[in-house]
Amino acid sequence: MAHAMARDAVHIPLNVQSLSDAMHERQWETLCVSSRVKDRHSYLLRPDLGRRLSDDACTRMSEYKPQEPIDFLIVVGDGLSSSAIANHSIAVIELIKCHFPKDWIMGPIVCASQARVAIADEIAWIWKVPMVAILIGERPGLTSPDSLGIYFTFNPSLESTDADRNCISNIRPQGLSYEAAAKKLIWLARQAALLKYSGVKLKDESDITMLNG
Amino acid sequence: MPYHYSLGVQHFHFADLKGLLAKASPARSGDYLAGVGAQSNVERMAARYCLANVPLKDFLQDPVIPYEDDEVTRLIIDSHDTASFSLISHLTVGDFRNWLLLASTTSQVLASVARAITPEMAAAVSKIMRNQDLISVAKKCQVITRFRNTIGLPGCLNARLQPNHPTDNLQGIAASLLDGLFYGSGDAVIGINPATDNLSQLSELYFWLDDFIQQYAIPTQTCILTHVTNQIQLIEKGVPIDLVFQSVAGTEKANKSFGISISLLEEAQAAAHSLNRGVLGNNVMYFETGQGSALSANAHFGVDQQTCEARAYAVARHLSPLLTNSVVGFIGPEYLYDGKQITRAGLEDHFCGKLMGLPLGVDVCYTNHAEADQDDMDNLMTLLATAGVTYLMGVPGADDIMLNYQSTSFHDTLYLRQLLKLTPAPEFASWLMKMNIMDSQGQLLTVAQQHPLLKTMSGVI
Repeated sequence: MAHAMARDAVHIPLNVQSLSDAMHERQWETLCVSSRVKDRHSYLLRPDLGRRLSDDACTRMSEYKPQEPIDFLIVVGDGLSSSAIANHSIAVIELIKCHFPKDWIMGPIVCASQARVAIADEIAWIWKVPMVAILIGERPGLTSPDSLGIYFTFNPSLESTDADRNCISNIRPQGLSYEAAAKKLIWLARQAALLKYSGVKLKDESDITMLNG
Repeated sequence: MPYHYSLGVQHFHFADLKGLLAKASPARSGDYLAGVGAQSNVERMAARYCLANVPLKDFLQDPVIPYEDDEVTRLIIDSHDTASFSLISHLTVGDFRNWLLLASTTSQVLASVARAITPEMAAAVSKIMRNQDLISVAKKCQVITRFRNTIGLPGCLNARLQPNHPTDNLQGIAASLLDGLFYGSGDAVIGINPATDNLSQLSELYFWLDDFIQQYAIPTQTCILTHVTNQIQLIEKGVPIDLVFQSVAGTEKANKSFGISISLLEEAQAAAHSLNRGVLGNNVMYFETGQGSALSANAHFGVDQQTCEARAYAVARHLSPLLTNSVVGFIGPEYLYDGKQITRAGLEDHFCGKLMGLPLGVDVCYTNHAEADQDDMDNLMTLLATAGVTYLMGVPGADDIMLNYQSTSFHDTLYLRQLLKLTPAPEFASWLMKMNIMDSQGQLLTVAQQHPLLKTMSGVI
């Protein structure tokens, strides 16, 4: 049964409409885009296409270009578990907004379907946003079909690699709590804004700073 | 240099050695993702015939990634053992396969040429070997390493105990750890993949693990699989670290995407040596690799994923590791699509690693988005244990709840040890007997409720 649930988490598509409806109810501005992948089979075999925006999405993003400069962007991507996004993304974003620095501007929430992690870097790069975090469904385990991950990049571009990103993983009620994940993300973002980099050089010492500060 | 092969009226042209290697590779999704795989079965077979005729010397003259561009190539060429290469330098890839299979090519002979075999030579010959060839040659290779016990002895099957927990909860880790020890797992290493990158939390975990194995005088080593730069920093702060872990790949650019270089690994090795914690030996490094990592970092330069993987073994070999394992099904179906591809890759990786002189273990595993299941894992672990694999993973219930993938269980190692009459590392086996966990016949004993190890749990609770 656990294997069956994990298989379904991979193959059942994310309901983008109900996700963006739930966001609109909270007065959040959203933009829905998709990657260059056509279907789930090619999503699994062609991660390169899942990392890039479709031509249509690129055009729509350029047209939508926000007026004021954005400091920080949240992207939501289905990844390998649509149920992770459906179950946890709204609650985590609420808490991120709660801890969000007052003097920063957050852009609209971009919902990306058939997405891999790196798609967030392209999205932020198009709008020239210096910081981006993608909430994405992690590959499902037998006891965790709906685990959420967050990847954060400072100064994202098409050349960004894994070494440029910080990862917060295993976000779900039985794993890392929503609150802890949101706090960690904001801590990383504040440090990155100060140091002007993210990734392997940016060490998570959030508890020390939180204690001292 | 271009290569040609004619099959009746059909003529096949291969632009260079890396193109030939890629076309000769057994079909797998990652090579098609990279656009380097053979376009037909006939082209694949033509490439194999053609590859069989290539002299081993060609691999030294025509590196798959230029010497000037890549530090892994420089390492391969500069550290090539030309003296022992003289034994095999006259061979073609096809001759080399035949030579490897000769009864007169013994364990000693294979060990003597290990450093004359470049990753590309190992990868090339594997591509013209069937699974039984890969198993029988790998079985002849003996690679023995030491830290607090002896890894890789003939007749032994070692196991990494992997007590991961999604929030690094000590109670959860301790429960998995004790479960594993009571199953006789943990002689290769007790190695945790932490959820956190947080240095003070990592430090606590290192001290806790070290206290634990000292308290019970367990002849094994511990490791926490965090980035190598974290481990260097922690060693500088006086944290007790046995083995330094890092994931490595087969090209400079892929390693850069991991945030590492060969010199950084050398620095880490020196840091670990400075602690002088080994008792029987000084193999202080632990590496993990996996086919597809170079492509995943967009750093494969048109080289097929199995050849890239073998090049990662050159990086590992340079640092004399205690343990190295391919995490063969971890990366997902875009690189190894199904059980058949995972099985083949696991046997290739084990063969290439052993041939090059590495203490190679395999994390026999799959992810839930691949076309594979537990039966595929049973098959591969049984083949690998038959081939003399150095170690396998031990995860409670074969389900890693931290990394979300399906690996092998404590019980799996037990099954293989009993099936194939294999034992844990001798020092560890003695400890298991002393602790009344295993008898002298290798049978597990019933654990009494007042067993001393269970005190750990009450301490943590």
